[in-house]
This record gives sequence, structure tokens and C-alpha cells, in this order.
Amino acid sequence: MSMLTFREALRAAMDEEMARDDSVILLGEEVGQYNGAYKVSQGLLEKYGPERVMDTPISEEGFTGIGIGAAMAGLRPVVEWMTFNFSLQAMDQVISNAAKMRYMSGGQFSVPIVFRGPNGPAEYLGAQHSQALQSLYAHFPGLKVVAPSTPADGKGLLKASIRDDNPVLFLESEMMYGLKGEVPDGEHIVPLGSADVKRPGKDVTIVSYSKPVRMVLEAAEALAAEGIEAEVVDLRSLRPLDERTVYESVSRTNRCVVVDESMPFASVGSHVAWLVSRNCFDELDAAVELVSGEDVPMPYNHTLELAAQPSVEKILDAVKRVLYA
Amino acid sequence: MAIGKKERLGAQFEVDLLRKMLLIRRFEEKAAQMYGLKKIGGFCHLYIGQEAAAVGALAAIDLSRDYTVGAYRDHGYALACGMDPKGLMAELFGKVTGVSKGKGGSMHFFDAAGHMFGGNGIVGAQIPVATGVALKCRYRKDGGVVLCWFGDGAIHQGSFHESLNMAKIWNLPIIYICENNQYGMGTDFRRVSSVTDFVVMGDSYGIPGKQVNGMDVVEVFHDVGEAAERARTGSTPVFLEVKTYRYRGHSMSDPAKYRTPEELEAYKKQDPILILRARMEESGRLTEAAFAALDAECKAVCDDAVKFAEESPEPEPSDLFEDILA
Repeated sequence: MSMLTFREALRAAMDEEMARDDSVILLGEEVGQYNGAYKVSQGLLEKYGPERVMDTPISEEGFTGIGIGAAMAGLRPVVEWMTFNFSLQAMDQVISNAAKMRYMSGGQFSVPIVFRGPNGPAEYLGAQHSQALQSLYAHFPGLKVVAPSTPADGKGLLKASIRDDNPVLFLESEMMYGLKGEVPDGEHIVPLGSADVKRPGKDVTIVSYSKPVRMVLEAAEALAAEGIEAEVVDLRSLRPLDERTVYESVSRTNRCVVVDESMPFASVGSHVAWLVSRNCFDELDAAVELVSGEDVPMPYNHTLELAAQPSVEKILDAVKRVLYA
Repeated sequence: MAIGKKERLGAQFEVDLLRKMLLIRRFEEKAAQMYGLKKIGGFCHLYIGQEAAAVGALAAIDLSRDYTVGAYRDHGYALACGMDPKGLMAELFGKVTGVSKGKGGSMHFFDAAGHMFGGNGIVGAQIPVATGVALKCRYRKDGGVVLCWFGDGAIHQGSFHESLNMAKIWNLPIIYICENNQYGMGTDFRRVSSVTDFVVMGDSYGIPGKQVNGMDVVEVFHDVGEAAERARTGSTPVFLEVKTYRYRGHSMSDPAKYRTPEELEAYKKQDPILILRARMEESGRLTEAAFAALDAECKAVCDDAVKFAEESPEPEPSDLFEDILA
């Protein structure tokens, strides 16, 4: 075990996979000489050279499609988007090509590629640079979508994503890169599609993923002080979705709150809330609650931008509602 | 590949080029007929008139190490690659014996093992993909080059410009082939392009290029062969504008009223099959009887393909959920 920041854990995953398999290459804006806009790829150019760590121009559609073509031809590219906000420039490549190539060729192609970068609300960045886009990508069959909440999961899931034979959207967060946690050294793989109970409890299940998990754990502490034991389920991957772990938990607690920083309309959170409502109907003692981002573009003003996101208070309120407390 | 002069091409090689062009012509005519009978649905973009481009270009590369990546008007590329007309016709019919198991249709012919990478439906979206395949070739130093096909409609997409820039900064082994059939769907390319000589587009990224007479299969063969040699050994991408013409509308629903009958007739006088046939007959390398036999052979192959497609089974309902993830 080592105490690593999130960015160091992600770097370790890429470093280990690049050392293990010469078909793994990294390309994106500022990944090489600049050492990464968020320093995730620091040192990799020096170690693996410009053939494997490729600085690209600001051409998201182009280099995303180039990664896809290289993957179809047998490489395992990791494409870094400086942030997921800029992935909208590349969305046609991800959806029309990466997600569908296998299906529309009758299973002839695999597209082993990872698209990674920070996603979700950050601070003081305004509407175009601060948003959660996972629900767009999770909509499409043919894609996997992964969103870790801890450095250890970050490393294990990124290694699994790079080894996966499918296109994987790997969601990080500007706000998480500096967070520290214990990370297993060397081979540490977290399979895609496995949720993790981050805190056991018997009174209510709180389902979340990515950055809000920390906030949910904080809320669970506050609830414990009031004698309410919340079980915190971290989805870790959104596609495939580990429904069983969620249902097992809800069948024990009989109450469920979903916390998702996406906007609420047709989102990952609203889908998970519907799944639980539908599949745990007989076990539920209260309607499932959803704590989401507000249904607004992100404002710049800090007070307003905090108000647009889930908070400990919003989570506590939702838990109280499902407990009729 | 050693490039000979036109007159030094072997007679058998010329016959092969002629046969492939004829096969495409007859296949497309049969596809149009089957479309009329509602055996084929949706979008169906025919290659009639453009046969020399695919046949000449694909004869100039070696698909055991090279690759071809194209757009949705892909029947001609697939046949020129040597894909089985039965599997292609079955794909048009949506049958499980189709090359893409009936899940792709007209726009999505693929042969991954044969390095035929589509068959891509979004205008210009195949250009970065092809560039990525070339990145693989350079990374693996496997000597492969990539033919990247697109039309005069796609050349104004950002994907084209982004790809050419990156292909040049990394000097990838790729030949960008703009098949200028002069109409992006119903729009004359001169109405929507700031330049009419597309070679300028390659120049602006430092990529050498030339215009090619796309109605003459032998010229296409030589020019693509030279370009492939240059891309393979000369450490630069190459751009070719292949001037060609499609006889039919953009797709089956398009009556092509945006051009004159005179224009169409003028191009039919330079028909790629006609001019190769005439050249071979004039020099005594082909008889009328031999041409008729070749044509009959191609028609029979297409009839067999239709029979195979007709008799092939539909996919199983459970196939709906297969081939989504590896």
C-alpha cells in the first residue's frame, strides 16, 4: 500500500499498463511535454517517448477518431480529453464509431480504447466548463462508463479499463485529483461492473458514484450521530451497472436515496432511482428519493454554483424524507 | 510495388480490372432492381460511374498489409477488395449470412480480417478513423499504408482538416482520396467550396497531391500506386483528388434533377468500362466475344448473389442483443 493522490494513482495505472503492454499509447492535448493539464501523465513522455505519449493539436474530433481507428487496427489507446466538456466536440466519433462499430460490422471489430479526463462540476468555471456529462455517454449501448470515487478504485478501474476490449469512458474530476488515499501497489484490478459498499448500514441505502461519494460518506457520519445507519453503495461503473449489489442493500434497508451530480432529466441518477423503484417495489417502505444537480446550466457565482449541486444538507433532507423522520 | 507503364500492363491484369468494374456495374444494377422490388430498404448509394476509382486504387495496394477505409457509397470498394458478392447482397437483404450479419446494411460493409474497414455512414467521420489506422501502421512499422476515401461533400467537414493536419505533423502513411463526383448529395461542389481544385486543401497542410482522372482505371492504378509508394517510403501522407461522376442520384430516392441530361450523357461517353474496353479492343487485346463472355460471367455472379440472399435465413430475434460488446 502507498498513500497516493488520485492523479498519482491514475498515473500508476497508466504507467504499469504501458510497461506491461506496448500496444498501450496515450494521446491528447498537453499529455506529453506539458506533463498533462492536470499532471496525470507527468513523466510518461520521458519514460515512454513521443511514439507512445503523443501531444495532439486542439482537435478533439480528430484525435478521438484517430484513437478509435488505431484501436480497430489493434492498439489500445488511452485518449485524454483535457476535460469532458471538450468531448462534446468528439461525441460523433464516440457514439457513431466507437460505440457502434462492433454491432454494425456484425461483431467483426473490437474497439479497445479508454477516453479519460475530468468530468462534472468544478469551481468557478461557468456553464461550459463545469458539468456532468456521464448520462449522455451512459445512454449508448456499446460503451462502458466508469466513475471511481477513491484513488484505489481509480487505479484498479483504470487498469481494468485499459485491458477491456470495449470503449470505456473513464470519468475523473478536477476536484478529486489532489485527494489522497491508500492504494495497493502493483497489480490491483477492480473489475468493471462491480459496485462497492463503502459503508455498511441497516436503515437506508444511499447509492452514489464519483465525487459525491465523499459527500455521501460525510452525510452518513452526521446521520450516525443521530442514530441512523446509512449504507453507502458506490456504483463505480455505470455501464455495466451492478444492479444486484444495489438491490441486495435496498432489500435489507427498505429505503433508498440516489445521489448523482448530473442534472436530473433522463440521467444516470433518475435511471437508477427508477430501477430500484421497479425492482425493489415490494421491499420499499418509501418512495425512492433522487438528489441531483439542479436543472440549470452551471453559474459562475460560487454561492449559486454550490446551490446547483448536491450537498450534505440536501442528502440529509432526502434521507429524512425516506425515513419519514 | 514496381509500377510499369500503361502499355506494359499485362493483358490478364487489364482483364481483371475490366472484370472488377463490370462486376460492380452489374452488382449495382441488380441492387437497384432489388431495391425496386423492396428486397432492399433504407439508404442505398450506388457506385455506377465511379468504378474506375475503387478498382484502380485497390489494385495498386496489397491488403495483406495495407488498409482501406471508406464512406457509405461502399459497394464498389467491397467488390474491388474481392469480398464475396453473395455476402454483400445478403447484407443488402438484411440476412444473417450478410457480411455484417444483416446488422449493417448498404452503408456498413466490413471485412476486418481483409483490412476493409468500412463502410461508414457519417459524412467525413471515417477520415480520423483511417488516420488512426495509419498511426498503427507507423507505430508498428509494419509497412502498411491506408487508403482513406471520402467525397467532395466530406472535404468541408472539420474531421478532414483535423486529420490532415495530424497526419502531416506525424507523417503517417496514408493516402487521402477525395472522390470528387461533383455533387455532395444535390449540391454542385462549386457552389459550396471556396476552391475548386481540392489539391489546394492538401497543400495547405503541406501534403503533396494531384488530380487524377477517375474515369480511367489505369491512370488511377498508376497514380495511387505512386502515391502508395511515396506514403510507404517517403514519410509523408499524400492527397489525391479523383475526378469522377456518378450516374445515378445520391441515393435511391434522388432523381438527380440538379444536373442536366447533357452533362450525364457527356460523362457516359467517358465511361470507365467503355474506355478500357475500347482501348483493349483497339489494340487487339480483347474481342467482342470475350467482352460478352466477361459480362455474362459477372451477370451470373450477381444472379447467384441474389439467389443466395433470397434463400438465406433472417437473423434470429436473439441476434438483436449480440455483438454489442466484445
